[in-house]
Amino acid sequence: MHSFIFHRATSLADAAKLLKQAEDPRLLAGGQTLIAAMKLRLVAPTELVDLSGVAELAGIRREGASLVIGASVRHSEVAASDLVRKSIPALAALAGGIGDRMVRNRGTLGGSVANNDPAADYPAALLALDATVHTDRRVIAAADFFRGMYETALESGEIITAVHFAVPQAAAYEKFPNPASRYALVGVFVARTDTGVRVAVTGAGPGVFRQAAMEQALSRHFAVASLDPVEVPAETLNTDMHASAAYRAHLVRVGAQRAVARIA
Amino acid sequence: MLVKLSLSVNGKPVSAEVEGRTLLVDFLREHLRLTGTHVGCDTAQCGACTVHIDGMAVKSCNLLAVQAEGASVLTIEGVAPAEGELHPMQEAFRQHHGLQCGFCTPGMVMSALDLVKQHPDPSEEEVRAGLDGNLCRCTGYQNIVAAIRAGARALHG
Repeated sequence: MHSFIFHRATSLADAAKLLKQAEDPRLLAGGQTLIAAMKLRLVAPTELVDLSGVAELAGIRREGASLVIGASVRHSEVAASDLVRKSIPALAALAGGIGDRMVRNRGTLGGSVANNDPAADYPAALLALDATVHTDRRVIAAADFFRGMYETALESGEIITAVHFAVPQAAAYEKFPNPASRYALVGVFVARTDTGVRVAVTGAGPGVFRQAAMEQALSRHFAVASLDPVEVPAETLNTDMHASAAYRAHLVRVGAQRAVARIA
Repeated sequence: MLVKLSLSVNGKPVSAEVEGRTLLVDFLREHLRLTGTHVGCDTAQCGACTVHIDGMAVKSCNLLAVQAEGASVLTIEGVAPAEGELHPMQEAFRQHHGLQCGFCTPGMVMSALDLVKQHPDPSEEEVRAGLDGNLCRCTGYQNIVAAIRAGARALHG
């Protein structure tokens, strides 16, 4: 990979300052995507600012009706956390299915969310659970945060500090992993909340999205059969070497059915 | 620009100056000559480069050496109790013929040691699921799974 200057941030303020002074910096969290991308020279930042020493980004806690997970919390921590398992078991299961054992031991929530890979798992959970992304500057609703392929609402130099998840009545995540990469060929997160049912889909399209027709059908009557008459249009879905758009549309339906079956 | 690095590798303190872009696996293999950690795919898929950082299995080809600052790193060279002896998990791989060419074996053993911490007596399904980050191109995994289950019993029996 290209040479770069390495900084180890000691606090959130320090990280913000380092970003501001740098020419073309990148934040380094777990590095499970960034380092691979740098090795392939897909990205070549002039400076890396390592967030692993920033204490403000750590920890999992309950705040009233919300589950708060720090940006630096690793996937394996979320998967094993008693608090997450008790509050939102589907979120713990989702984290336990990201990548593989070694990737989960390094990759972080903040890193995954900031990268917004169109086939990443966490974006589906954030969107379905109506989560908010907290940064060093503001609070951004998940619906406004994800902006299509690898794009988010984050401004230059803005740092994610935590994600606040509204604890649902029940939720389930159904993922069809690509057998080689473990990324979601299609992932469907269904959440039953006080304000209705929310269905978020990852992997199928150019970015995470909500399946409004399924949400309406399930809000009327929460049962697998409610999904039968719902059409899943394939026109906006991805076709690539792994699956056609029509196959992905089929998987969206099957994923939703299985997730609903687990909740109902 | 060189970065100062201090860490512990297999229980011994190590200090060095490395480039920011030096991968942990290259630091272990080239600087410390610990060549038991293998580079298979070099793209964080095959798991041959698996080592432990503070007790957790990680892929050292997908980590910068500077990310191990202050950490305790364990490689395959550090698992045996003494010179000339095998760790119970290594012995289980030998007993059950859990390898053919052996290239993936160091990563398999390091991954297995992390796995059996979570599952002290893993089922076949738990072992297969737990090996999601390690590829073997020879064995068909059958004997690797048998070895890890036997290794777990030897460790926790």
